[in-house]
Amino acid sequence: MVTKGRQIVVPGEVIATGNEFLPGDGAYRDGQEVVAGRYGIVDNYEKHVRVVPISGAYYPRRGNTIIGTIVDITFNGWLIDFGGAQNAFLPVAEVPRYINRNELRDFLDFGETVIIKVWDVKPRGIDVSMKMRGFGKIEGGMIIPVNSNKVPRIIGKEGSMVKLIQGAAGCEITVGQNGKVWISGKNADSEIATKKIIEFITDNSTVNGLTEKVEKFIKKMGLKINKEDSVEIIAENTDGEEQ
Amino acid sequence: MAEKGIYTKRNDGRKMDEVRPMSAKVGIVPSADGSASFQTGKTKAIAVVRGPRTLHPQHMQDAKTGILRVNYGMMPFSVEDRIRPGPNRRSEEISKVTEWALSSVIDLSGFPNTVVDVFIQIPQADAGTRVAGINAAAMALAHAGIPMREMVSAIGVGKIDKTLVIDLDKYEDSEFHDGEGSTDIPLVMTSRSKEIALLQLDGKISIPEFKAVIEMGKKACDNILKIQMDALKNITGEGNE
Repeated sequence: MVTKGRQIVVPGEVIATGNEFLPGDGAYRDGQEVVAGRYGIVDNYEKHVRVVPISGAYYPRRGNTIIGTIVDITFNGWLIDFGGAQNAFLPVAEVPRYINRNELRDFLDFGETVIIKVWDVKPRGIDVSMKMRGFGKIEGGMIIPVNSNKVPRIIGKEGSMVKLIQGAAGCEITVGQNGKVWISGKNADSEIATKKIIEFITDNSTVNGLTEKVEKFIKKMGLKINKEDSVEIIAENTDGEEQ
Repeated sequence: MAEKGIYTKRNDGRKMDEVRPMSAKVGIVPSADGSASFQTGKTKAIAVVRGPRTLHPQHMQDAKTGILRVNYGMMPFSVEDRIRPGPNRRSEEISKVTEWALSSVIDLSGFPNTVVDVFIQIPQADAGTRVAGINAAAMALAHAGIPMREMVSAIGVGKIDKTLVIDLDKYEDSEFHDGEGSTDIPLVMTSRSKEIALLQLDGKISIPEFKAVIEMGKKACDNILKIQMDALKNITGEGNE
């Protein structure tokens, strides 16, 4: 027996019965039964049963792009607060250029904001890297907080939604999977327009045909939809779940 | 139980084994990681979960596992006579027993040195606030995505004079003093293994009566579980709102 479709399960609920099923993330085995170990949507892929979270705090995964603030500087790296359970550690070796151990503050100082990639997730904290293009210190623009569970909606399928917003408002957007969006444009008006579009998406994240609704909203704001604009997407939906 | 007591008819016209009308809602606080409300009759409870997050003060941290911290409080206007806000002996006790009851189902070993905070507020009280709070807290913890082996459901059972009753209201709980008086037993049951996670007793009761009253409570907990699961499954919006 397996529950079908996009079914929401509650902790303690039986998802599948039979020894052939393998409990994955968020599920555990109890005798013959595979039981939900947390609240979320069932994902059954080739008898591999897991529970995908749909709400709650942000849990980092390897490959996630996140935006955080420097909260501490140690002798060999930086500690970054990104709104998770623990702080992320950025080693001095994981930044794009050579830094003298005594000059860590010159490169990244307390309170500065960075875009980083999750390199390794351990129970005692996560290691991050800044060594690729598109990652680094944030200067200018604004950061708006969003619900981290709605990030896949802001990014869209293969970044389609980000492309749509960037084409319309002409701002550069970086979506951190921890629920922080960095908007950087030529002027404040375009940044505010971008912010409004993102807020519209998070408010309407559960409706069907969101892209059309967003397009309509953009037109109502008096902006043009520029689909030809080939912009690069830094944050991809690495969670692998399409909403 | 063959003996007939003086309490033959309930104050609000309910049957002896009938609970008050119950309702539950999940995702009521957008800024929280998880939230829920639970209502039974006139008793209302709101639970908010934040975390896991780094625990301060640092000496309270446990390097082996995350910890659960529950804070229960009644709002000043929750009862007829204003109650002084802030912690008191009773609220500290309820916070602690709620913490113990919920700790038996959650697993925070994946988040060492962290804390999960549960805030329970009672905006309106008509007895049974700790069980309403536990029902709301269990839903809020699930909504916050905290790893849990199973859910918990809670109910207040008791004895009024010689009659066994369920889901006592304020009159039955604290205003009825005739005959043998009233006995109040908050009961928390886990959803899958059907174990008792919390059992308190205030009053006097015989062993056979006690056994019967626990059976009544278990039956009611199964129904409360259905209400909790319905609220979690019919959440509007997949986010926190």
